[in-house]
Amino acid sequence: MALKIISSMCTACSACEPECPNVAIREKGGTFIIDAAKCTECEGHFDAPQCIAVCPVDGCIKKV
Amino acid sequence: MSSSTAFVSISDLRKGRQAVSAVIESAAASGCGTSGGSGKASCGSSGGPDDMPADIWDKVKNHPCYSEEAHHHFARMHVAVAPACNIQCNYCNRKYDCSNESRPGVVSQKLTPDQAVKKVLAVASEIPQMTVLGIAGPGDALANPKKTFDTMRELTERAPDIKLCLSTNGLALPEMVDEICKHNIDHVTITINMVDPEIGAKIYPWIFWDHRRITGVEAATILHQQQMKGLEMLTARGVLTKINSVLIPGINDEHLIEVNREVKKRGAFLHNIMPLISEAEHGTVFGLTGQRGPSAQELKAVQDACMGGANLMRHCRQCRADAVGLLGEDRSDEFTLDKIEQMDVVYDLDKRRAYQAQVEAQRQAQHEAKQSALKDVAAGTEADEDISVLVAVATEGQGLVNQHFGHATEFQIYEISRSQALFVGHRRVDLYCQGGYGEDEQLPSIVGAINDCHAVLVSKIGACPRDELMAAGIEPVDAYAHEFIEKAALSWFADYRQRVASGLVTHQPRGDARIRQGAFTSAPEAVA
Repeated sequence: MALKIISSMCTACSACEPECPNVAIREKGGTFIIDAAKCTECEGHFDAPQCIAVCPVDGCIKKV
Repeated sequence: MSSSTAFVSISDLRKGRQAVSAVIESAAASGCGTSGGSGKASCGSSGGPDDMPADIWDKVKNHPCYSEEAHHHFARMHVAVAPACNIQCNYCNRKYDCSNESRPGVVSQKLTPDQAVKKVLAVASEIPQMTVLGIAGPGDALANPKKTFDTMRELTERAPDIKLCLSTNGLALPEMVDEICKHNIDHVTITINMVDPEIGAKIYPWIFWDHRRITGVEAATILHQQQMKGLEMLTARGVLTKINSVLIPGINDEHLIEVNREVKKRGAFLHNIMPLISEAEHGTVFGLTGQRGPSAQELKAVQDACMGGANLMRHCRQCRADAVGLLGEDRSDEFTLDKIEQMDVVYDLDKRRAYQAQVEAQRQAQHEAKQSALKDVAAGTEADEDISVLVAVATEGQGLVNQHFGHATEFQIYEISRSQALFVGHRRVDLYCQGGYGEDEQLPSIVGAINDCHAVLVSKIGACPRDELMAAGIEPVDAYAHEFIEKAALSWFADYRQRVASGLVTHQPRGDARIRQGAFTSAPEAVA
């Protein structure tokens, strides 16, 4: 259970990074990536994955 | 003559909302006057220290965005340290970046706070009249509080003479007001496009609030409440506020009059009503749905209707979130990260202060010279009808008619009545003259941009464009080269009225004009 950022769609706006309750998001090579080992899809924290909720590009973050 | 102007009135916005092209083509519009031009000057501070309390004058006198006069003399820069945003607007697409393009939200290079500070110091030592640093995105300054305030903190220490500002959509503003005041930020711009959430729902598809994405009227309601609360809090702390509103025809055009009233009531210092920029290639929602921007007269009608409310800013150039230089110019290319690395940066506070004092003295001298020149222009006493017209002016600065028609990248627009010449805006155009040759295909677009003007005042103009302007009904005037703009405009108008009175010419209303979208040709030196 984890989410993935499609790097070709990522604008590197960084909005997702501070929202992640698991500190699973970081910048790498000009865009952002999610550490699948840490990602819980926000289960137990919030109703919906925070990165998807704040991302300005629809479809940029998907389930693995 | 029942009416002397062909301006689009608010009632026409309400009724018709004809396509822009139709408005432009119908030069003889239905004779709908506006009360425009009779109110106060275009900006809160165009007059000078007599207009306002000393402490406020101190805050705006060298701030190019808050003072129409200052923007001819002092420069600003934006650093793009705040890419994240907490709302989505239908006119914004932050992915799009083109170095030839100029509009808010666009940057070429995002910066870390450290890089930003370095850049500011480099620019400040190269351009001593750079007095203002703003953080205007490309996202929302307050949705990136750490990056924004880290930058501000460092700058307060290392460049204490630079005024700090930020721009925000207002959603996070109330919780940030304490922090803003801590950093000595005394100018804040809030983008407020509505005070009615039903209208807001058409502009904002969603907000990110309390760990949820909220849509529709609920989202717009929260945003509206936060904006009003934030504005009130800033006013209570004595922070000067500028309200930016994007004019979206058919969605919030006449509603902006209500916005103006509400923000004025809450102490806003300036209101800046800007035209929507929405080309399909920008990939914004409005660009893709074909939502058009306003025509020049539609914009002016709303601005005029707001005169007497909050002071209106008419000199906004809708610059990029990484712009550097005087408003209307962009020198950001000179200060890319790799170029800054090569620079020998010495931040010499005394030198900057001395230079700025010189600029200030120059500006005072100009102000006085202008005032005394204007005294010589006697207001006409003959009892002709009370007409007012627009004229376009080509100027390189110093408040003078001193630019060749072919070198103009923008025209300043003045509304002239018998007794006063009032700056009401500017129009960006393509350069007509490149490498000394006029480009014939560009002339129609220039005519389109100043089509609502009766005359264009220039220092010089070639025979070809002269004939074409005349054919389009715009009088090219080079008789007042190197005179102060207001004096030149009033002198021309006195002469024009005489010609009308003697039957030499017939006064006819003009049509509408186009507001240029998108591409900014480039800084003047690049094409000289």
